[in-house]
Amino acid sequence: MTRRLWSAPARGADVLIRGARVVDPLAGLDETLDVLVRKGRILQVGTGLEAPTGCRTIAADGWLLLPGFVDLHTHLRTPGREDEEDLASATRAAAAGGYVAIFAMANTDPVVDTASLVQALALRAQTEAVVPVGFFAAVTRGLRGEQLTEMWELAQAGAVGFSDDGRPLSSAHLTRRALQYAKVTDRFVAVHAEDESLTRGGVMHEGAVSAKLGLGGMPPVAESIEVDRALELAAYEQGRLHLCHLSTAASLEHLERAKKAGVQVTAEVTPHHLTLTDECIRSLDPNYKMNPPLRPEADRKALAQALRSGLIDCVATDHAPHAQQEKEVPFEDAPFGTLGLQTAFAAAHQTLVASGALKLPVLAERMSQSPARIAGMAVPTVQAGEEANLCLVDPRETWTVTSAELHSKAKNSAWLGAKMKTRVKLTIAAGSVAWEDGAR
Amino acid sequence: MAKRDLISIDDLSAADVDLLLDTAESFLPVLQRDIKKVPTLRGRTVINMFFESSTRTSTSFDLAAKRLSADTIGIKAKGSAVDKGESLKDTIITLSAYSPDIIVIRHPRAGACQLASANTTASIINAGDGKHQHPSQCLLDLFTLRQAFGRNLRGLKVAIVGDILHSRVARSDIAGFQLLGMDVTVIAPPTMMPREVDSLGVNVRYDLAELHKADVIYLLRIQQERITQGANFLPSLREYANVWGVTRSRLRPGQKVMHPGPINRGVEISAAVADDPDTLIAQQVEAGLAVRMAILYRTIVGSTDSDTKEAL
Ligand SMILES: [Zn+2]
Ligand SMILES: [Zn+2]
Repeated sequence: MTRRLWSAPARGADVLIRGARVVDPLAGLDETLDVLVRKGRILQVGTGLEAPTGCRTIAADGWLLLPGFVDLHTHLRTPGREDEEDLASATRAAAAGGYVAIFAMANTDPVVDTASLVQALALRAQTEAVVPVGFFAAVTRGLRGEQLTEMWELAQAGAVGFSDDGRPLSSAHLTRRALQYAKVTDRFVAVHAEDESLTRGGVMHEGAVSAKLGLGGMPPVAESIEVDRALELAAYEQGRLHLCHLSTAASLEHLERAKKAGVQVTAEVTPHHLTLTDECIRSLDPNYKMNPPLRPEADRKALAQALRSGLIDCVATDHAPHAQQEKEVPFEDAPFGTLGLQTAFAAAHQTLVASGALKLPVLAERMSQSPARIAGMAVPTVQAGEEANLCLVDPRETWTVTSAELHSKAKNSAWLGAKMKTRVKLTIAAGSVAWEDGAR
Repeated sequence: MAKRDLISIDDLSAADVDLLLDTAESFLPVLQRDIKKVPTLRGRTVINMFFESSTRTSTSFDLAAKRLSADTIGIKAKGSAVDKGESLKDTIITLSAYSPDIIVIRHPRAGACQLASANTTASIINAGDGKHQHPSQCLLDLFTLRQAFGRNLRGLKVAIVGDILHSRVARSDIAGFQLLGMDVTVIAPPTMMPREVDSLGVNVRYDLAELHKADVIYLLRIQQERITQGANFLPSLREYANVWGVTRSRLRPGQKVMHPGPINRGVEISAAVADDPDTLIAQQVEAGLAVRMAILYRTIVGSTDSDTKEAL
């Protein structure tokens, strides 16, 4: 397997975590256990474990110990907009959110469309990233929707998959070619499904709220039409498709039909589409402006249900930093996107698990093991012998999302000012402590 | 008596192919002589109509006709009535007034030969129509293989590598190779593989992982226009060379490389392989003349007059 993740070298963790509720669907665990990590590897999982000399102990009673999260959809803004986010700030935010691996989209400046650029980013990650980072490569050169990238060579360089995200693929022909050609790489094509002819001028979901506010609407069919098209092509070409940030119930109907028919497709949903609705936009706060847009409650519910059933495979953040000056404009002028890495688990946990809509092991699986499988990386699991890729969460600690709390350079979080009821206390990524709450 | 055309390799039986190849073999000594000409087709007329640029095929057919002492007329699309918008049908009808025995046609569209044949009493020989067929290429390839591997080609494993989708050579060779009992694998980027190509009875592969299994590796020319904007059959020639280009290190000793030409050095074939005297590429070119003489000869005299020695 080609290497797909890179991070700065760091000392392997030596820690005994005592008394946490270990929830790991892959290991079949949901019980109170001690976990001993030595030199970055999980040495023992059991009860009554003693810390060897020189090994610190964390009393984790009442806390959750989960396999570390994996994000298949981060906008790193590096290269090109390091003022908004860079490898160091993004991975700090990821670590503070419990992530042990993130995969960056290719719509940077320059676009990640050559092997040498992937290699350069990988080198940078090896000095700056506190959590392993991987990279998508573009489907088309310069994201122009015209000419395919050298996918084989990009895959050799370690690209995790191919996506023009930020933009939809410009035509059915191009989607078809991408699905065909990607077959020689053993990688998937991730599609941002949007018919731009239907969303032009739109800034939010087209519905009751947009009617009230007088804002240009983005009809849900703009997504589902493209989802259906991509699925039909994936079926026809037997290509491997990943659907980014699904947001509508209609998309799910297409997805369900395709999965039943055996199409090789995976899908993701964002924390914001799982927990927020277009009602938020009544405030005209630009931090609620995303693409795809926040949808009504019925769609949100359908997405949560699909995540629970496994129809949607994973949660992915679509973490999209934007400079403060760019978001501090009237709603209609603001760019699309919200931060997501640092608040993803807390938002999903306090909204979906607390309400009973989702069981904790399911959420853990959809945020960690399922996306790891899609990415083709080693699957995080809390078992003896494995490299430590885990996080420790206090499911009852309240905190307020403030600019100071956010590690991203940009502060455009849809949760800015929100009271969170779940907090990540410790993250061990690739065997090293990447985040420890209170330890600066 | 119905006239004989050679439009598709599918028009031939294995026995027809054997006869053509044997005939070609019997012409070989003629080509070694001081005076490389026989009077066999004296008084016959062969028209070579090339609606598409071609050097080796048109030269080879022209020379083949001359070696057999036929009168030849060469017509190229450029500068002819065709260039002035005359339809193929009218061009054929006009030329038929001279009572040619054979019209050799190269045309960018599949079906041109059928149309021509329906409008003339001359025999039509397809020198390449669209992406459809190129039977004389297939026959010279088979001739080359017989020279290299002996008369019996049954069980020989051939991998055809390249742009199968756009290749009339591939379509002719697949049928011709199979006709003589060979085992054919096609290898191409998924974008350059015809849909349901397996229905042609070939093995289908998207990379060179199993290239070592082939006795013969038949390379196809990759054309720059497959990369131009919007086509997107390939991201670049560079990437094609990286993944599908045949280099020394990708060959095992004893494997024979063929190519219909013109070759793209550094794309489908490395310079070192192209220059390797162990390939059959030069033999293919040589075979072209004898095989096309045989095609012209058999088209006119048929198979009944099987003693070609007498004709020589
Ligand atoms: Zn997107
Ligand atoms: Zn995105």
